[in-house]
Amino acid sequence: MKENANLLFLFLFKTPIKESEFSLAWYVLFVFLVAGVLLFFAANFAGITSFIERRIAARIQSRVGPNVVGPQGILQWVADGIKLLLKEDLVPDRADKFLFRAAPYFVFSGLFAAFVALPFGYGIVAADLNIGVYYIFAITSLVVVGIIMGGWSSNSKWALFGALRSAAQIISYEIPTALSLIPVIMLTGSLSTQDIIKAQGGMPWDWYLFHSPFTFVCFVIFFISALAEGNRIPFDLPEAESELVSGYNTEYSGFRFLIFPMAEWANLWVISAMVTLAYLGGWQVPFVAIETLSQSFLLIFLSAGVFVIKTSIVVFIIIQLRWTLPRVRVDQMTLVCWTYLVPFCLAAIIGTMIWMLIFPWETLAALLLRLIMSGIGLGFCFLYVQRVRFNYFNDKMAFENLKGKSLWYPFWRLP
Amino acid sequence: MNQYFNNICTTLYSIAEGMAVTASYLFRRPCTIQYPNKLEKPMEDQLSERYRGILQVDTRVCIGCRICEKTCPVDCIAISLEKDKETKERFLTRFDIDISKCMFCGLCSENCKTSAIYHTKFFNAVTQNVENLVVRFVDKPIALYKPPKGSDLKNTLKDLSGAIVNQKMKGRAL
Ligand code: SF4
Ligand code: SF4
Repeated sequence: MKENANLLFLFLFKTPIKESEFSLAWYVLFVFLVAGVLLFFAANFAGITSFIERRIAARIQSRVGPNVVGPQGILQWVADGIKLLLKEDLVPDRADKFLFRAAPYFVFSGLFAAFVALPFGYGIVAADLNIGVYYIFAITSLVVVGIIMGGWSSNSKWALFGALRSAAQIISYEIPTALSLIPVIMLTGSLSTQDIIKAQGGMPWDWYLFHSPFTFVCFVIFFISALAEGNRIPFDLPEAESELVSGYNTEYSGFRFLIFPMAEWANLWVISAMVTLAYLGGWQVPFVAIETLSQSFLLIFLSAGVFVIKTSIVVFIIIQLRWTLPRVRVDQMTLVCWTYLVPFCLAAIIGTMIWMLIFPWETLAALLLRLIMSGIGLGFCFLYVQRVRFNYFNDKMAFENLKGKSLWYPFWRLP
Repeated sequence: MNQYFNNICTTLYSIAEGMAVTASYLFRRPCTIQYPNKLEKPMEDQLSERYRGILQVDTRVCIGCRICEKTCPVDCIAISLEKDKETKERFLTRFDIDISKCMFCGLCSENCKTSAIYHTKFFNAVTQNVENLVVRFVDKPIALYKPPKGSDLKNTLKDLSGAIVNQKMKGRAL
């Protein structure tokens, strides 16, 4: 971070920063610059994902989705944003005005502060904190404060229900989320996000996902509980549309309302990036060692590309999951957390410890086991693709007899 | 204990199965008809044969039996007949259908002996004034039709595109 600032100063003004009297001002300016870039990324990601999610959802439901604003509807999210900006900023009559107005700030800052410690590629991270993972957990907890404030202060029973559910949910799911990352932290010996990635490798058998059956279980648990923390379906109880109107943000309108969905979609990136960096090898490029990676700019950009692609795949899976599963009940939600996730997590932590003692990372046996694990993972993927093929061909004949048209219409052919 | 592990297995398995179903939908043809912007073929060809659109009356073949008026459950058809005292000829002087009341049940067209009243495939009748939806099919008195003996009355030619209704509503419709 500081080195990058120094380098940029040298590049722009051709003088080393040490000799300049504006060094402090430059550092402050640089901080704002980085914050602006991160905010720009997060806001645009949230917007574009909202559009892409609607398109994917439409295809899953045999629809087309928004395709009118701009070519193929690509500007739909801009139109939505502008529409919400133009709306009146209403505050309910008997709401607690101050808390009501303040709540979106908490949600906003809680989520966007998490971007500070998220890596995007080799050395591309706003602040490589040595407690990065811990920091992300701590700072995203601020969101629940905002949600409860918003729900409580709006003086509406739906909002209050949503807020209380959200409190129960986010606080209880914090435990499996944090516990399921402990094996990764043990394997790395560091909490820094960059160190966790550096300890893994480019190929699947170098990922922590396939280190042992225990880390695999932890991956599943982390994925589920991260979904629950991000209020995604099947755990979107705080804003269950069919029961609570819109949950904790029922009474909001205009830009203050915009903050909530925006933060939710930005959270999608946070979840996916966490999954990617902890279990899927982060920005590690296959066949390229870290020493050579740091040499050229091209490879660094390649590593950022790899990270973005991996994260996008996870984002896609989360979106698809949303349009596949129904919402769980409140009692089921807590049941899953306390009777399934937490015990398994504790067992997996102990299992990983024993595994680390018996098969240290460098030994041949460990490598073999990791190869076998990744083979099994590949097998599961293959089975999944076979099931998709089966489902497709199952309905093909009936459709083509009925409509006289080919059923084949892949998602990259835009209607 | 057995139940416990069984639950986990069924949950994970059924989620994976569900994902496989939704993933297969990404490769299927969406069934949306993008009216009115991107139609593969004209809208009339895509509607089914017996589509019940806006009613149209072929006054040339109406025999003035008033069955349609009587069967209509919502009374949206109004017919007047007049008789010429000298020639004993009867005339159709009024045939109005209030499209805004019609519920497109099809009873009138089913009961018409000569298929003088029938549903077209025309459905786009947006207008800013509800009065415009009263379609008057008779401008000046029309002599009633006398069917030749033994003819197949149901077999009259129909104009399914609804050109007459369209014409009647032109200038008034939006
Ligand atoms: S439209 Fe048909 S049912 Fe109605 S009066 Fe004429 S012939 Fe009789
Ligand atoms: S379709 Fe039904 S409601 Fe409409 S005019 Fe005919 S009988 Fe009346």
